[in-house]
Parts: sequence; C-alpha cells; structure tokens
Amino acid sequence: MLELKHVGFRVPDEAGNKDLEIIEDVSLRVEDGKFLVITGPNGGGKSTLARLIMGIERPTAGSIIYNGTDITALSITERARLGIGYAFQQPPRFKGLTVRRLLSLAHGSELPEDECCQYLTRVGLCSMDYLNREVDASLSGGEVKRIEIASLMARDLGLAIYDEPEAGIDLWSFSMLVKSFKSIAASRNESVILISHQERIMQLADEIAVVAGGRIRKQGPKEEILPSLMGEFDRRCEMRGEK
Amino acid sequence: MLSITDKNLLETISDFSYKPAASAYNIRKNGAGVERRSTEKVQIETKTDKPGIDIRILPGVKGETVFIPVIITETGVNDKVYNDFYIGDGADVTIIAGCGIHNSGCHESRHDGIHRFFIGRDAHVKYVEKHYGEGEGTGARVLNPVTEVHIGENSLCEMETVQIRGVDSTERRTDAFLDAGAKYQVTERLMTHGNQTARSDMKVELNGDGASAQIVSRSVAKDASAQVFNPVAVGNAACHAHIQCDSIIMDAAKIRSIPEIAANHPDANIIHEAAIGRINNEQLLKLMTFGMTEEEAEEVIIDGFLK
Repeated sequence: MLELKHVGFRVPDEAGNKDLEIIEDVSLRVEDGKFLVITGPNGGGKSTLARLIMGIERPTAGSIIYNGTDITALSITERARLGIGYAFQQPPRFKGLTVRRLLSLAHGSELPEDECCQYLTRVGLCSMDYLNREVDASLSGGEVKRIEIASLMARDLGLAIYDEPEAGIDLWSFSMLVKSFKSIAASRNESVILISHQERIMQLADEIAVVAGGRIRKQGPKEEILPSLMGEFDRRCEMRGEK
Repeated sequence: MLSITDKNLLETISDFSYKPAASAYNIRKNGAGVERRSTEKVQIETKTDKPGIDIRILPGVKGETVFIPVIITETGVNDKVYNDFYIGDGADVTIIAGCGIHNSGCHESRHDGIHRFFIGRDAHVKYVEKHYGEGEGTGARVLNPVTEVHIGENSLCEMETVQIRGVDSTERRTDAFLDAGAKYQVTERLMTHGNQTARSDMKVELNGDGASAQIVSRSVAKDASAQVFNPVAVGNAACHAHIQCDSIIMDAAKIRSIPEIAANHPDANIIHEAAIGRINNEQLLKLMTFGMTEEEAEEVIIDGFLK
C-alpha cells in the first residue's frame, strides 16, 4: 500500500527564495492491487506528484509510506528496488540502445525474444520491426512513448505509475493500450497510478483523484467522481458556447 | 610462439580465434612478422624497401576475411610499419586489423601503422580496427595510425575504428579520395580516460559525381583526458557528404571539434553536425527508475553510445 501524508513540495523562485508551492498538503492512499487515476488540468501538479512518489523530486513537507516503510528519504534506485516504477510523460531517447536491450534492462535480466514481443504487442507495436531498433531520434514520439510503457510492463512491480500514457498515441494503438490496462487492472497484481485525461482510461479506475493548483480537489470511487467530472465538462463547454 | 598474453591481446583486438580456418593472416609482434598465411585469393608479401607488407586481394574474390593484427608486449618498442592493400575490381573483402599493446615496463611502446588502400572498381571493403592498451608499467602506450584510402568507381569502403581503453596518446590521420559513385562510410569510436590525449584529423575528398561519404564519430572523454576532432569534407563534384560528431564529456575532460566543409562544385551537398555535452540527466533518471545506481546507469549509457 502507498500512502502520502500531507506531502508538500516547494521550489525556490527566481530570487532563490523557497516560495513557489507546486504541491500543497496532499494526502492519498492506494491500497494493494487498486487502480487510481489522477486527472486534472495541465500544470496542476499531477506529474510532480508522480515524480515525488518515484523519488525524482523530494518532498519539502510530509511523508511517503510504501508497504509500511517510510520511503520519503530513499533514492530513486532504492524505491525502484522496492518495486516502484514510473513511465515518464516525455521519455528520453538513448543512442545505441536497442528496444530489446532497454526492455531487458527494465526487466533486470536478458529477456527472451518472444517475451519482448509480447510486451511490444501489448502497446500496439509490431514487435519484429522494433526489437533491434535503437531508441533514438529515428523513432517517433508515439513510438518512444509506447516503448516506455512496455518497459514498465516488463518490470515486476508492486506499484506502477504511468504518466499520461495516451499522449501522442494514435487511435488504434490507444484501443490496444486501454485493453492492456484493462487486463492489468483485472489481474490486481500491482497497484497502478495512472495520470490521464481520457474517459476510457478513467473507466478502468477503482478511484479517481482530481489534482489542480497543487492540491487534491476531489477524490473518491470512480462511480462517484466520474459523473461529476463529466457534468463539469459539459458545464464548461456550455459556458464557452461549444455545446 | 605466441604466449597467453599474446593470445589475449589478439583476442581483444581481432577476435582472432574465430577466424575461418582458411583465412589469410599476418601477425606482427614487437616490430617483426611472426606468423603469416597467404591464400590463392589473398597474397601477403613482405616489402623489400621498408618494414611492412603488401596485401593483394585478387579481382572478383568474394567473402574473404584477412587478419592483420599487431601486438607489442615489450617495453620501449617503437614500431613503424607500412602496409599497402591492393583490392582488385569487384572484390568483396573484410580486413580485420588492430593493435594491442601490453606495456609492463617504464619505457614508451609505440606503433605507427601507415596503411594505404588502393581499391579498384565495384569492390566492397570492410575494414575493422581496434586499438587497445594494457599493462601495469608506467611506460606510455602510443598509437599513431595514418590511413590513406583511394576508392575506385562505384566501390564501397566501410571503416570501423575503435579505441576504448588504455591508449595513452593517439594521433590519427586519415585521407580519403573518392572517384565517381564511390561510397565511404566511417565510424570512429573513442573513449579516453586518465590523462590520455587523442587527436583525429580526417580529410575526405569527393572527386567524382555521385560520390558519397558518411563519417560518424562518437566519443566519450572522462577524467582529465583531452580529445580533438578535425574532420574535413571537400566536395569537388556532384556529391553528398555527412559528418556527424557526437561526444559525451565528463569530469575534467576537454573536447574540441573543428569541422570544415568545403564545396567546389554547385551540386556538392555537404552537411556537418556536431554536439558535445554531458550525459542527459533524464536518461540517468530513467535507468535509475529501473533500479540501477547512477554509476551503473552511466555505464549503460556510455556502452550503448559507443556500441
């Protein structure tokens, strides 16, 4: 189980004073095997929250507890070894590293070809075309993104965090992705935190949290949150005269 | 007789034990030829006017591999050798060269390999060269290769040079001359560490219509090492050339890249790209989220980059 207790994150402003509040007093719980979708407007702090859980950023207030251990002071490496994984919103590219090697590195040991292929198929990539390609600038943004998601699926995790997995992905691959997340959700093997704006992905959630302005605005079971989100969306469109 | 050190060095620089049983080869050790085999298709002969060998690959020969490794195991050896390769029209050959120095003494050990390639028409040459140094002595390990390549009409010459460890000082000079339709593809990979220095000067002249050159240089400079790259491409005809220099800089190292591209023909199309920078932080973070330490992540990134 993952628990965030009053987590805050402030960064220095241009003058070097610590007074830009990115995350403010966030408390959150993800029970084992649960699927939490975090949604909310761009720039609201969703990715920062994910990076705080992975250890890429360190909270300036509060604590993070994972399976009973306080991991607030642990490094990225230590958290990864405890079974936490994070698929970046904008994954980096690697000159000279093949897709197969990257998936093997994620997995922790050399992955057999057929297993690599399975992970790639799950993200809608025709595996044979990709195994020996380098994860460099020759791949499109959508391709790198899907390889990133596959690399998380190749790991044996207790908690998987996906940061807007749908971004830059075409419609056909998106359906494939939804299917894969559906089976992850059904298996209940790992807890999932998924940052998304897509209703089809929110439909897979056990719980939904809405993050805006660095705070959790709403949180609760999907059945409760999703209709209100949809209602809000309709109201905003009406206000803009789009509906 | 070859000792275990000799065999290990040979293995490191040329995968020698994997050579096909019937391949031609010449092994040079401490400034003298020690083993050689010529075949019907590949003739290796000692030069009469200076140290070195002539290697003749007959026209039309297909799929041959030639091994010409050099090893230096004594301290204080200063070996200069002239090797000329004559590659017949239509031949298809792989040449595995390389130099390994094991210097356990206090004197400088040095090998300057001066290679000239005369490639006929419609041929395909792949040249692979590894440089490597080892040994616990304080004597420097120095390698200064000079390469001259003449590529005939519609021939392809691929060159892969690698220097990953243990060479204290290297100055590489390469000159290539391309006829019409000739293709030259060079991949240079280099890592320096400690106080090592490396310099690579390369000049490619594209003299015939349809000639093309692709030069890729990847390097990593660690510790207090220093590297200088000076690639020059000159287009004298309707041709294409692409130079790409990519370097990772670490610690207190220094890297200079001084490219020159010149066009003496309106249809010469020449491009140069160069980048020097630290390891991308997001790459490190990504690999650390796989459970690697920062050092392990760095190693994986450098290995991939130099592959």
